[in-house]
Amino acid sequence: MSGLLFERHSLNEASWLPDLGEPEEKTLALLPKDVLRQKGPELPSLSELDVVRHFTRLSQKNFCVDVNFYPLGSCTMKYNPKALDAIAAIDSFSLIHPYQEEEDAQGALKVLYEMQSFLSEITGMDDFTLEPAAGAHGELCGLLMIGAYHRSKKQKRTKVLIPDSAHGTNPASAALCGYEVAQIRTDAKGHVDVADLKSKLDGSVACLMMTNPNTLGLFEEEILGIARSAHEAGALVYYDGANMNALLGICRPGDMGFDVVHLNLHKTFAVPHGSGGPGSGPVGVKKELVPFLPSPRLVKKGDGYRWEKNLPCSIGKLRAYYGNFGAIIRSYGYIKALGGEGLRAAAEHAILNANYLKARLKDSFEVPYDGLCMHEFVMSAARQKKKGVRAIDIAKRLLDFGIHAPTVYFPLIVEEAMMIEPTETESKETLDEFVRALEAIDREIEEDPEKVLGAPHTTPVSRIDEVTAARQPNLRYRPEGKAGAGL
Amino acid sequence: MQYLSNAESDKAEMLKAIGVSSFDRLTASVPPGLKRFDWKIPQGISELELMRQMVELGRQNRHFHHFASYLGAGNYDHFIPGVVGQLAGRGEFLTAYTPYQGEASQGTLQSIYEYQSLVCELTAMDYSNASMYDGASSLAEAALLALRSSGRKKILLPATLHPEYRRVVQTYLSCLDAETVTVPMKEGVIDEAALGRLLDAGTAAVVVQHPNFFGLFEETRRVSSMAREAGALVIACVNPISLGILEPPGEYGADIAVGEGQPLGNPASFGGPHFGFFTVKAEFLRRIPGRIAGMALDKVGRRSFVLTLQAREQHIRREKATSNICTNHSLCALKGAIYLSLLGKKGIRKLALLNLKNAHDTHERLLQIPGVREFSKKPFFNEFALKVDRDPATLRKKLRENRILGPLALKEFYPEFPSAYLFAVTENRTPEDLARLAGALESS
Repeated sequence: MSGLLFERHSLNEASWLPDLGEPEEKTLALLPKDVLRQKGPELPSLSELDVVRHFTRLSQKNFCVDVNFYPLGSCTMKYNPKALDAIAAIDSFSLIHPYQEEEDAQGALKVLYEMQSFLSEITGMDDFTLEPAAGAHGELCGLLMIGAYHRSKKQKRTKVLIPDSAHGTNPASAALCGYEVAQIRTDAKGHVDVADLKSKLDGSVACLMMTNPNTLGLFEEEILGIARSAHEAGALVYYDGANMNALLGICRPGDMGFDVVHLNLHKTFAVPHGSGGPGSGPVGVKKELVPFLPSPRLVKKGDGYRWEKNLPCSIGKLRAYYGNFGAIIRSYGYIKALGGEGLRAAAEHAILNANYLKARLKDSFEVPYDGLCMHEFVMSAARQKKKGVRAIDIAKRLLDFGIHAPTVYFPLIVEEAMMIEPTETESKETLDEFVRALEAIDREIEEDPEKVLGAPHTTPVSRIDEVTAARQPNLRYRPEGKAGAGL
Repeated sequence: MQYLSNAESDKAEMLKAIGVSSFDRLTASVPPGLKRFDWKIPQGISELELMRQMVELGRQNRHFHHFASYLGAGNYDHFIPGVVGQLAGRGEFLTAYTPYQGEASQGTLQSIYEYQSLVCELTAMDYSNASMYDGASSLAEAALLALRSSGRKKILLPATLHPEYRRVVQTYLSCLDAETVTVPMKEGVIDEAALGRLLDAGTAAVVVQHPNFFGLFEETRRVSSMAREAGALVIACVNPISLGILEPPGEYGADIAVGEGQPLGNPASFGGPHFGFFTVKAEFLRRIPGRIAGMALDKVGRRSFVLTLQAREQHIRREKATSNICTNHSLCALKGAIYLSLLGKKGIRKLALLNLKNAHDTHERLLQIPGVREFSKKPFFNEFALKVDRDPATLRKKLRENRILGPLALKEFYPEFPSAYLFAVTENRTPEDLARLAGALESS
């Protein structure tokens, strides 16, 4: 049992800092009294050993890829090579400042410059920015550029078209840029309903945002026609790169007609997910959009690299400095290590693993969109629901088998959705274990449903009362005697 | 190098189970024309070759272990105790997913709850989220919150705000029905008379960076009360280390307080990844962007932690969400929490004092050099500007010879200060570093 940091009381003098060498009052006298803090901050005082034990014990309460299989659809929780962590930690990359002179950081600039070319080649785009910090940040960047593009053509376009199977960030990013969102239906085969799309493509549409393969794990076979229709209506086409892992070396969004592409380096390109980030969300564009890329732009002059800041058409900046360098350099190492062939093999095995699981599971679970899939697929617990057990229960029960839950209830268009993405780094043996676990749970639903409904049984806590947590939020520790956290 | 686990024999068995004869059949839905392309991706290499190449490439960078850095402007060379990287680098944190499955993520969730608590203590604000991308994007989200909650259209950004932060706020607002107006400066701080003229019934918020871009203290209480009188919100942008001794934003009237978390245990890393912190007064809780962890009970009454108030977020609310943020900078925030735990109440104060003293000793020493003059008489924390009458090229050469990185030439951002430089001085700078810096200035 680990209590809160704030509930431990050991002595701490932060002895890892040198002495001040003079009385505090003397140093404080450098400042006027009225700028000083009168009390606190009441940070807990712990010995180094207490801190180490506290956070180590906390870590042991987590599932993670290093221990567990994560068939988490749309999240690409693959194994990320440890060598890349070592590269990011090299002093000459981790201990450099974004404002040091260009000639003092040529190694870092070369990494960024080559990375832009690698990503352009992989996606079939003309140029890239590495500035955005995450996928949603990339969407914001891409949509701002699309807005700037239309303004440069003296066009006022107010709408963004988004399929009903899309990630929540797509409509949220569109709204953040002031766009109205119109939803496109999915047809009976699990693809974008082209007739519905065409009926909504008019002069008010700024862009169509798509994921391909879509969130059902299906390749949008009509993509070339869809992009052509959008372009004929004067709209641009945006590629959400969440599912790029399926396409590495197989085909490229740029060749499909996409004008703007964002990638999630923390999905496809081996940046560890870090319990929720940091990631990196580079954005690629076709040449018509290059002038609008964020500032500054990296250019090559002779043998050297430098920042170009005089960019009159740029949308501006999305964050300070140049991007999540510590994440980007991992992806750079990943692409260098795998090479073209290795990247293609990764996509192939991702697709192979997903199809294998789909074939193995289609008898136990309903699969609403039959046939072959790309790197992930969606199945449904609708059959199990009739017996009183829902997708969430199956997801929680999987935890007892040491397997992380799949993505559930997404995409929204599938009842009791369970979205499964095994990734390329998992072995057939692991996939077979997963199949056996799901089959065992399916049997339990018949024989001992309470066991599934009451799951998980082996995690540090059992099911959490989320409703009360939201109604009576306790979002921070307060020392005893202070007012509670209620609203 | 490849990181696959299937043997060739597995592959054949799997294709058989799927019912196809070859891998190519699996991608039959991709139009054949799309499968033909050339890409210039080099051949793969071994881990050994990769590491050798990267170390070699790194030699072209001058880094803090060989050069003493006086660069700051939001990103500082602070000492990071070994514990921080060791703990945050544990696979259980590094390779875990976002803690949506609460039962499988108690470690992450409790650490986020503790992070939120630590940041609230430091800033004296009521609530914190689980982290943002960085200080600049955190500030932009604060401006969005102020626009939405006030229904007003104008954000006042001081000329003393980090120029890149100003640009980021402007970019975030560029497609919305809103405007940013720059508040001019006087003697390196906000010109209060000008602020008074710009504040009106259309002002959603006033931003105050404290210490500001030049390292100088703003008149936070006066700025706050002026904003309040106009019915505008106050957004403070603060340096977390300075809060070891400086009055926290929650006490001088900030409604929202944000900042860059890099100084808290995150290496400079050429500008990222770090984290932004985002805190509010209680009335704005349900307008916070991004994830928040809360304490809860499990079904047998055990203390647990869970992501909560998710009805604000994009995966639930889609286009009606408070922000589009999904992936945040959780691992960087964890480093911040570990770092603050190692400091404790006494440590954060000591650290702030070490910075204060080092910066003032450096300021005093450099002012003894002929041609080096004061930029402002206002008080400062660990960063300050000076006017240095030297030929920039010669100065650069001398600094490099003396193995010094920085200071930052302000003319990069402020053409009106052609000979001014910004010096950041942390606890990591030694008297020997100062001697070399002074030597470079004296000899150039």
